[in-house]
Amino acid sequence: MTSGSIRPGGIKRAVTALALAAFALFGSVVQANPEPGQLNMPRGVTTYSNVPYFLNNVALGVCVVIGILVFGAMFIAMFRFRKSRGAVAEKWSHNTTLEIVWTTIPVIILIVLAYLATGGLKTFSDTTNAQMTVKVTGYQWKWRYDYVDYQGKAIDKVGFMSKLDRESDETRQLKSGLDPNAVKVDGYNTYLINVDEPLVVPIDTKIRFVITAGDVIHSWWVPALGWKMDAIPGIVNAAWTNIKEPGVYRGQCAELCGQDHGFMPIVVKAVPKAEFEQWLASKQQSATPAPAAASTAAAPATAQVAPAQTPKG
Amino acid sequence: MAHAATHDHHDDHHGAPSNFFTRWFMSTNHKDIGTLYLVFSLLMFFIGGSFAMVIRAELFKPGLQLVQPYFFNEMTTMHALVMIFGAVMPAFVGLGNWMIPLMIGAPDMALPRMNNLSFWILPFAFALLLSTLFLPGGGPAGGWTMYPPLSLQGDSVAYVVFAVHLMGISSIMGAINIIATILNMRAPGMDLLKMPVFVWSWLITAFLLIAVMPVLAGAVTMLLTDKYFGTSFFNAAGGGDPVLFQHIFWFFGHPEVYIMILPAFGLVSEIIPTFARKPIFGYKAMVYAIASIAFLSFIVWAHHMFAVGLPLGGEIFFMYATMLIAVPTGVKVFNWVSTMWGGSMTFETPMLFAVAFVILFTIGGFSGLMLALAPADFQYHDSYFVVAHFHYVLVTGAIFAIIAGSYYWLPKWTGHMYSEFWGKVHFWNSVVWVNVLFFPQHFLGLAGMPRRIPDYNVAFANFNMISSIGGFLFGASQLIYVGVIIHAVWFSKKKAPDRVWEGAKGLEWTVPSPAPHHTFELPPVIHDDELAHGHVED
Repeated sequence: MTSGSIRPGGIKRAVTALALAAFALFGSVVQANPEPGQLNMPRGVTTYSNVPYFLNNVALGVCVVIGILVFGAMFIAMFRFRKSRGAVAEKWSHNTTLEIVWTTIPVIILIVLAYLATGGLKTFSDTTNAQMTVKVTGYQWKWRYDYVDYQGKAIDKVGFMSKLDRESDETRQLKSGLDPNAVKVDGYNTYLINVDEPLVVPIDTKIRFVITAGDVIHSWWVPALGWKMDAIPGIVNAAWTNIKEPGVYRGQCAELCGQDHGFMPIVVKAVPKAEFEQWLASKQQSATPAPAAASTAAAPATAQVAPAQTPKG
Repeated sequence: MAHAATHDHHDDHHGAPSNFFTRWFMSTNHKDIGTLYLVFSLLMFFIGGSFAMVIRAELFKPGLQLVQPYFFNEMTTMHALVMIFGAVMPAFVGLGNWMIPLMIGAPDMALPRMNNLSFWILPFAFALLLSTLFLPGGGPAGGWTMYPPLSLQGDSVAYVVFAVHLMGISSIMGAINIIATILNMRAPGMDLLKMPVFVWSWLITAFLLIAVMPVLAGAVTMLLTDKYFGTSFFNAAGGGDPVLFQHIFWFFGHPEVYIMILPAFGLVSEIIPTFARKPIFGYKAMVYAIASIAFLSFIVWAHHMFAVGLPLGGEIFFMYATMLIAVPTGVKVFNWVSTMWGGSMTFETPMLFAVAFVILFTIGGFSGLMLALAPADFQYHDSYFVVAHFHYVLVTGAIFAIIAGSYYWLPKWTGHMYSEFWGKVHFWNSVVWVNVLFFPQHFLGLAGMPRRIPDYNVAFANFNMISSIGGFLFGASQLIYVGVIIHAVWFSKKKAPDRVWEGAKGLEWTVPSPAPHHTFELPPVIHDDELAHGHVED
């Protein structure tokens, strides 16, 4: 076995080198939404999203190095020690030094990985000091967003349902005859990853999400934010994000939730703070004067009623 | 009792009953029951595989072309249930039934009548399960994990729960039988630490089965009472907790994962030394590694639930415990490679599948290590990356090992050599197409494609099409396997010697090929140098 030749000191250098190589390979294209032929996880657009991306690359690098060593040794063995080449079997079946080495080295690698991952977990689990709170509720098969507070002030009556856009919905019917490739917004294919009304949030703001569900378990996942969190009836989960770049970030429900599980996308539209404040103000205004449309309170009974602002297309 | 029974059926001593019904339905013979298990599992492999073909056909390109989403969900659910409980587990029980008594020098399993019962429960269990597809309301569509509240929306809960209960009873009886056989019926001289690794792996697996199948039974029973008897174990509105189900399910589910891989470790640990003509490297380390993996399997269940909102301490504990599994698993892989190093290798079909197992299972292990890192798992979880991971460990892991084992012992079972040429055709097709099938799924998951969806954005189209092509061809390749088996059983003219493989060691090679209906009626006299692990020092 050749892995006996690795020294712990070389490992860290190899890890760093490989992580860098992986960055160079995959990291040059900064993308947030799925692209054809995409090979790696997106780097994401938040203050946190680099954590899973970096861990992914480091872990992948470690696996590639170990893979090359182990499989390399295997292939050398398979060519050198063939009976057809006259190889005579040796009798040994132990090597204590080697066994200690290949038990110890993985432990060291694991400690490094665990250290990196623990830091990321601690960052992720800290939802304190949020400047804004959004309540996310999963339903079969749409999402509801309620704006709870912003900059310390409670927000009243801003909430809406967000479901698959009409074009995708018509195209995705069995034997619709419509071409999924034709579903585009600004030249980007949005088939099954577009909604009638996106979640609008400000950038450079720590946003706390409180996530729950009204019927079965769903999971709220936007890859560009770097995490997913299950939406579970009867339980309120918390997560946070702080988006650095304005843009439209797309995701999908990630927990099997019934027949239309594949058809309840998530779209987060991140805008500059001033634009968000304008948007919020107009939402609050349109919610207050029209009593008919004011039934947007978070009661599940009204869940089926789309708020006044939905008509589109 | 036992003595009276053998006396009554004195004919048994001379050969198999000639009456078809008596032989196959009333059998208490470990070899015949092993054959039944193996045939059953092959049938289920094709039924489960046909569901997979429906899945891959629908996912061939974006847009729904073939099936409604609800039916698609039935397919994913049934594919998993049939493959796990119908194909992989019975295949290992079949191999255990056939080979454990032969490997330890026992005349039969310790509890032959229970052996018959534990097999014959299975056809009924799967008839129940599969019948739901033809009933109003359809089959289960909430995933094989049966998470409530979704699974309770289906109309097939009672059928599925009853079927799972039956499968569990069958597994528990099988496990009791295996433990009783190994602990009580070893021939004199077959010390525990001289047993073949396959026997060790089954002994440990059997304890896992006894420990966790009742947990699954409890979980599904609570589903049943929640659905029909007004309880609220998992109903938040009634004071219950949907996450409780996941904890109970995965306390079963993770050991279950190892139930499906530990016997595979055992098989590969028999096959590699045979074809390397060299004793296995670090026998004791192999046994201890299996035992430590089995122990760890009980304390890692919540890594399936990193995204349910566990507290920080919980995430950290389950992440560390999960990462620890890499150590004994690594030891096993290194030991297999070291067994090959310095050997005198030939590459017959069983060896090819075993070598492919080591490489491809390790790739599945690598993605498992990546999944163990909780912050990265928040991205991977429930994506196609997970689908790729568990298919690498289950298809190129468990199933490749089962296929390797079946080629390894087929000449012993049938008395004829299988066609080496067609075996190799089967191998090369399988190993190429299985990678075309599952490797691109890593990319799909990383790019953000969730699992269990019937349709997807066009960004995922190219890799899905590649994956589907690989899937169809991998499926078709398995027809070659059936052809090879049929040929070996009924048509092959080439007689197999007793010691089928030049480097094969162990008691099973001391009996004639095909193995007579009854073997080791008198315990064999064991010479340590006949055993694969007769001279274990450390």
